[in-house]
Amino acid sequence: MSGINTSQYSRYQSKVARSRATSEPAWVRYLLIGIALSFLSLFLFVPLAAVFTEALRKGFDTYVTALSDPDAFAAIKLTFLAAVIAVPLNLVFGVSAAWAITKFEFKGKSILITLIDLPFAVSPVIAGLIYVLIFGAQGWFGSYLIDNDIKIVFAVPGIVLATIFVTFPFVARELIPLMQAQGKDEEEAGLVLGASGWQILWRITLPNVKWGLLYGVILTNARAMGEFGAVSVVSGHIRGLTNTMPLHVEILYNEYNYAAAFAVASLLALLALVTLALKTFVEWRAARDASLSENASQ
Amino acid sequence: MHMLSIIRQFKLASVVLASFFVISNAAFAETSLLNVSYDVSREYYKDLNPAFIKYWKDKTGETITIKQSHGGSSKQARSVVDGLAADVITMNRSPDIDILYERAKLIPKDWQKRLPNASAPTASTSVFLVRKGNPKNIKDWDDLVKPNVAVVIPNPKTSGNGKYSYLAAWGYVLKSGGDEAKAKAFVTKLFKNVPVLDGGGRGATTTFAQRDIGDVLITFENEIFLIQKELGADKFEVVYPSISVLAENPVALVDKVVDKRKTRAQAQAYLDFHFSEIGQDIAAKHYLRPQVESAANQYTSTFKPLKLFKVEEVFGSWAKAEKTHFADGGVFDQIYTQ
Repeated sequence: MSGINTSQYSRYQSKVARSRATSEPAWVRYLLIGIALSFLSLFLFVPLAAVFTEALRKGFDTYVTALSDPDAFAAIKLTFLAAVIAVPLNLVFGVSAAWAITKFEFKGKSILITLIDLPFAVSPVIAGLIYVLIFGAQGWFGSYLIDNDIKIVFAVPGIVLATIFVTFPFVARELIPLMQAQGKDEEEAGLVLGASGWQILWRITLPNVKWGLLYGVILTNARAMGEFGAVSVVSGHIRGLTNTMPLHVEILYNEYNYAAAFAVASLLALLALVTLALKTFVEWRAARDASLSENASQ
Repeated sequence: MHMLSIIRQFKLASVVLASFFVISNAAFAETSLLNVSYDVSREYYKDLNPAFIKYWKDKTGETITIKQSHGGSSKQARSVVDGLAADVITMNRSPDIDILYERAKLIPKDWQKRLPNASAPTASTSVFLVRKGNPKNIKDWDDLVKPNVAVVIPNPKTSGNGKYSYLAAWGYVLKSGGDEAKAKAFVTKLFKNVPVLDGGGRGATTTFAQRDIGDVLITFENEIFLIQKELGADKFEVVYPSISVLAENPVALVDKVVDKRKTRAQAQAYLDFHFSEIGQDIAAKHYLRPQVESAANQYTSTFKPLKLFKVEEVFGSWAKAEKTHFADGGVFDQIYTQ
């Protein structure tokens, strides 16, 4: 996670740029840059290019047809729905958790931090199976849910639940180090001046962490849209109903429908690129804000 | 505060979208069937479903939709046991439907008796695909155990397709006069020639056809026709062994689900449609052997007449074959770990 105090980070960076890089001989620098670039192109650019070439291999018309296919459209819709529900919920959860952990002292804090990290440690397939074991027909609440005609697994709610589970650490993990580094001084000042809890949250805490928060949201969103394993277990794979984009890509690929599979994959890749661009923008703004506030304080 | 308005917008959007989905789910619940099927039957059902929808509309005036769910057969059966609301289940092995009775009592024990031909409208068989020109000169099962022949078979532990291939090899020895010991020795030798065990039928196809591994692929006849159609008829040749297994594709309606959703009439008609003339023609078009005799007789030029045996005939029952050969510590585990 890159949430370490950004002003420290940029100061550190400029120091490194001045001292280290210039002291190395040119060939070492070029060799290292060469290795890094060829590694990047081999593992990132070539596959990315392959996705788009394969997607457009049979022409732009096939590409458009593949994406406007009702099942593909349903998959796109479901992916966005899962993200639209999971992201705000995890935003609220992440802010509350980070706020509680960094601004207050209470018993069981380390347990809470460990629990937040749980989805990182658990394999996504297990995350999906948990919900099948709880809400499936043979599961704990199975007969109750069947009697009341409530569908959770193999339906949209299960997919949303699985998505929330695998994405819930991102916002909190992004905010905790940032809030820890900032300390409680400004909040305490606000409190002394008579601000209420909400005023402190909206006027001090959130503006201070807005870039970190946005970064966390971007990561959450990226994972929510790309998640495969957990969603696959709870999906039931009903075409046009419970297939998300990553699941739809797999189905199309297995049907020898390579052009359509890569067309949907290219959409996911585009989302990833947009995410990257947003992430870079957020980092740039965060660094700029940090240097501005530094100049102001000097 | 920007953040506040962003959160408000998100919440609003999610509520709107969520209610939209509730509505579309409700619409779905009225006149639809869910067919939970195995991995490689998609193309077949893409043709069969519209034909049935038209037939049902003409007959009753009711418009129905059919939703499909495809995946590895055991996983799909497991999902139905866990509550995936399948009106009908269509598999490539009867044990994957038996499990609905055994684990969840969703269907009666004697489900196979409810439709003609033990509820199997179509079948396929395990045959060989070799590279153009048949460079290793493979003609029958015996050629597969020669040294330097690499055979691609999906994993019999996880794939119905692989189980059929395994049982076909075993049955070949028994049917040509060998005993159980000879069969075991033969199958052991055969699996020594398998460089990689893929999890499922499509995986094995990819290994053989796309990744160029192996000299011969043993898989379902319908899959082999499809490979030739999709990946080039000029790259591969089909080899029909002297004898193979009849891989029947059973279908069943899921009683507990159709009674609850009040779709029994539609589900029953849908299954019956599999056995109708139109249904059998569509199966043949997708290289599945029609099992209704009148239809099968029409397609003797498409499907080479082969000596085919049923699993029940050689191994007693699927349950027995499963227990002896594929259960943990069974014959397959013994020969493959050696």
